Amino acid sequence: MEAAESTQTLATGDGDLVRVSDLRVRFVTKETTVYAVNGVDFSLAPGEVLGILGESGSGKTVTLRALIRLLPEDRAQVSGRVLVGDNDMLRLPKGDLQSVRGRTIAMIFQEPMTALDPVYTVGYQIAETIVRHESCSWREAEARALDLFEQVQVPSPKQRLKSYPHELSGGLRQRAMIALALSCRPGVLLADEPTTALDATVQIQILLLLRELQKEMGVIFVTHDMGVAGEIADRLAIMYAGRLVETGPVTQVMREPLHPYTKGLLSSTVHGSMRGQRLQTIEGSPPNLEELPDACSFAPRCPHVREACREAVPEPVQAAPERMARCILVNPA
Amino acid sequence: MTDGPTPDAVATAAPQGAERFLEVRGLKKYFPVKGGVLNRTIAHVQAVDDISFDVAKGETLGIVGESGCGKSTTARLLMRLIEPDSGTVHFDGRVIGASNGIPVREMRRQMQMVFQDSYSSLNARLPVEATVAFGPIVHGVSRPEARERARRLLYDVGLDASRFMKRYPHELSGGQRQRVNVARALALQPRVLILDEAVSALDKSVEAQVLNLLLDLKKEYDLTYVFISHDLNVVQYVSDRVLVMYLGQVVEIGPVDEIYANPRHPYTRALLSSRPSMDPERRITEPPLSGDPPNPINPPSGCRFHTRCAFANEVCARVTPVLSTFGDDARHEVACHMMSPGSGHPDAPARA
Repeated sequence: MEAAESTQTLATGDGDLVRVSDLRVRFVTKETTVYAVNGVDFSLAPGEVLGILGESGSGKTVTLRALIRLLPEDRAQVSGRVLVGDNDMLRLPKGDLQSVRGRTIAMIFQEPMTALDPVYTVGYQIAETIVRHESCSWREAEARALDLFEQVQVPSPKQRLKSYPHELSGGLRQRAMIALALSCRPGVLLADEPTTALDATVQIQILLLLRELQKEMGVIFVTHDMGVAGEIADRLAIMYAGRLVETGPVTQVMREPLHPYTKGLLSSTVHGSMRGQRLQTIEGSPPNLEELPDACSFAPRCPHVREACREAVPEPVQAAPERMARCILVNPA
Repeated sequence: MTDGPTPDAVATAAPQGAERFLEVRGLKKYFPVKGGVLNRTIAHVQAVDDISFDVAKGETLGIVGESGCGKSTTARLLMRLIEPDSGTVHFDGRVIGASNGIPVREMRRQMQMVFQDSYSSLNARLPVEATVAFGPIVHGVSRPEARERARRLLYDVGLDASRFMKRYPHELSGGQRQRVNVARALALQPRVLILDEAVSALDKSVEAQVLNLLLDLKKEYDLTYVFISHDLNVVQYVSDRVLVMYLGQVVEIGPVDEIYANPRHPYTRALLSSRPSMDPERRITEPPLSGDPPNPINPPSGCRFHTRCAFANEVCARVTPVLSTFGDDARHEVACHMMSPGSGHPDAPARA
């Protein structure tokens, strides 16, 4: 593969970087089956940040890992279609995966300490990736690594490249991992809660950095934190029990949520000026996914539940040109 | 250092003339760092370095700060889960652990703690009823009475005792387990609860449920809380007063509305403006601080924040600022040369 000088231009045919249709993932063991993702559809446009927001167990991380085929093949049954550029990710031969990962689609993780290799310096790990994908010389790769470290705003980058992951602070480790993910100029970046383990003052630095780097990439950003999503996402997808229950432009979703779950999530998120008021909570807890829900998964916790909610999975309702909600109470446009 | 009553105290401040329940003075804990072939102590982590504060009866004191600032070590020192190197804690007027003071065991009956990790802080081999009843039994309550108390407490924390009392921790969700932890902490009828990141591991919808529960219980059982969290929004929601820590020291303390509306220390200001805006139209455009908090093994000299502070001056690297009041508000204290008359900082007010 020749070394591209700019971000690769990817397109799935109609201009989207990523198109996911009817993605389903279940984990099968001898004892039980867990239905983690149950029919997810979305697309990602170039230069767009899609925020996937959900609580633990909602399937957001599993969705992300399915996109880059990181799920254990012996236990995870994945079906549906995932197009990244013109790569049919779920049907790609294993041998081709390695060249697609890194060059076309890359991923950053919550815990850089476990994602980076502890026995090599971060500079070596970045250069190794560049050499592997772009078959350039080590000297060129090391120069690129230095560029990348400057790009992700690591102070005194030359010395830091010679550091091992454990010698770096949490914020610097996350910057190193971002540099590694960007080393082959991927068109799509998957980010799995990359700021969750960081302190508040460092989190905002990393969010601002990602926002700056993202201008020429598509990013799918998974988080459980509405505030973080509000700082980075262009579009939001709210995930509950393995399904997207609402999608739409971030400002609209945060200001006028449609789905009762999104409303509940917003009103139970503590922010300033709530002192003295009782928090509006969502009763109960998220469902057990050992049974495939054949009704609205949120029905047991929903204050507006109707009989019809328990009878079938609600169809997606197009409430406005760019807004969808899976709720029978939402009126179509 | 005292939190004396002020004539024009606002409603959110500690109750006026309230008893000082906890008086912490000069608390210090350094952890040794071992290394080299002989495994000798080569350095110290200055986890908590000479902190003092009071907690009034019936109030909630929030403690905030980034990782490594010593907030959890402070909690453990209060509970005597670790021994302080120096400093004293008075509980209700008596020194904890001193020969003429209050024995640690007696203190722990009156002061209990809830931890962040709801799973590892429960005994995995005990049903939750036995877990909640365990403390009272150890402290001499009869078994039937302890079990009766446990069931009542499980009900009080929102768990249907008949359904839940025989369950083991792994059969509960995170939110339910944290409710059990709260019930367990209340089983000895304590007067103070120390909540160390008690809601941080919970999902937002569950976090709100547990926060509501904590506020209800505080009223019902007449409790005093020390609420430790890295989440500034949650601390603002629950606290009457807030203490801000940075690298083992107190940089600012005061009534919650004062701290959030009128932060005086540059670190407090940066911390507060690092919070996501919750409004995509008004996003943060500049990071309030650059870099990570320094390593507490060799903290910066003078004011520990001077390496990241936009207002740092030569005096800041040299002299450690003292926590002191400014203006006429005796309840709001800050450790910053800019606030201290005659400190030598160019922005400091003139000496009165």
